[in-house]
Amino acid sequence: MPQEIGKQYKELLRQYLNGQNEKDLYYGQQFSRQFIEKNIAPEDVIGIHQKALSEVLPELTSTVEHSFDFLIEMMIHYGLALQEHQSLIRKQEELQLEMNVATKVQDTLLKTEQPNFKGIDIGMVSVPAKEMNGDYVYFLNDGGTEACVAVADVMGKGIPAALCMSMIKFGMDGLKGTNKHPRKVLNIVNRIVEKSVDDSMFISMFYGQYDPSDSSFSYASAGHEPALMYDASKNAFTELNAKGLLLGVQKEVLFEEHSVVLDDGDFVAIMTDGVTEARTDNGFIEEELIQTLLLEERASCAQVMADKVYSRLLEMQNFHLRDDFTLVIFKKDPKKV
Amino acid sequence: MQVDLMEENSIQRFKIVGEIDAFTAPKLKEKLDATEMTEGMRAELDLSDVNYMDSTGLGVFVGFYKSVSAVNGHLQITGVNARLKRLFEITGLGDVMDIVSEESGDKDAAL
Repeated sequence: MPQEIGKQYKELLRQYLNGQNEKDLYYGQQFSRQFIEKNIAPEDVIGIHQKALSEVLPELTSTVEHSFDFLIEMMIHYGLALQEHQSLIRKQEELQLEMNVATKVQDTLLKTEQPNFKGIDIGMVSVPAKEMNGDYVYFLNDGGTEACVAVADVMGKGIPAALCMSMIKFGMDGLKGTNKHPRKVLNIVNRIVEKSVDDSMFISMFYGQYDPSDSSFSYASAGHEPALMYDASKNAFTELNAKGLLLGVQKEVLFEEHSVVLDDGDFVAIMTDGVTEARTDNGFIEEELIQTLLLEERASCAQVMADKVYSRLLEMQNFHLRDDFTLVIFKKDPKKV
Repeated sequence: MQVDLMEENSIQRFKIVGEIDAFTAPKLKEKLDATEMTEGMRAELDLSDVNYMDSTGLGVFVGFYKSVSAVNGHLQITGVNARLKRLFEITGLGDVMDIVSEESGDKDAAL
């Protein structure tokens, strides 16, 4: 027990008892911080008080002094609770550190490279609502002839979701050099996920494959939000729907596969429910609004389109994302080299 | 969010009231996980008073669906409004799970 602190306490107490003015009370309050900084337990504070009091007022009866022994006992569990609290704070700091490392590892592991193809302009935004992103975009292009993209939303958050993504990624990496038809890819990923994921975690995924040789965009969906396709000649949007169950629910799933042809100026927007299920103070954001935002920017390049839609929707939600936000745009642009 | 469990004609009926999102879903999961799984059991989740649900809620339902199916039981989800119905359709869960729309919704949806 630091004696110095006991001495100082005694002086402060003496001063206060003599004058009983506010200023001394305030000094006392300031002084109490030292108890916390020096990790002095509540019961020890009472002990310090007891000792100081007996020195300041030696005429005090022994009964009063004994009453402090009793009070000290009253403080024991407060002391323990405080200790526990402090050790929890330390643990939390450690977890936070690990989480930061995990986030970095996730970024490195899951890195993906946007394919660069003549005639197709690709833009993408993926922003997590919290530290770790539950949305995942993966481009598959091992120097092949098609530009492929998987947009996934792992339901379930944090570390388990991140682990799940690595699984998807490495599952798809296994497809290198083989054909990557949407239905086939989803079947393979589904089998991996179904085997290894816990019961309440699953994944929705939209998979698209653009073939520059005939400008076709083939796609399949595992319970994912339909993508939007903009047809420039008709100046109209259609939903790219394809039936298919979420990944990880059943072993055998039949995934529909469809195909559209993109002409100059057409684009496909693939998104997660962080975009379509966004809420403002006035309720849900309607699909028409997303279409309007996309239309307003349709003359820009795909990346600017994605960025603009993101910033507008973020603004409408008072700059607070409730869910991970991902938007990928494939735009047919003859000028793209 | 509030969850009430009633047993009617040997059906475990859960009435869920409020919003199901990342904050309330764990509470719901805890409640559902506490259900005793008996061979051939029948359960119902009543969502008629759920005004918002996101994908985390869906995750809880799928987990429960899997547990109930594992004991050859049957799970029915009732009181599904138009918005939730769309969610079940998009995810393909509408095809594997027994989903009953709200009565008003059933009239115009002949699917």
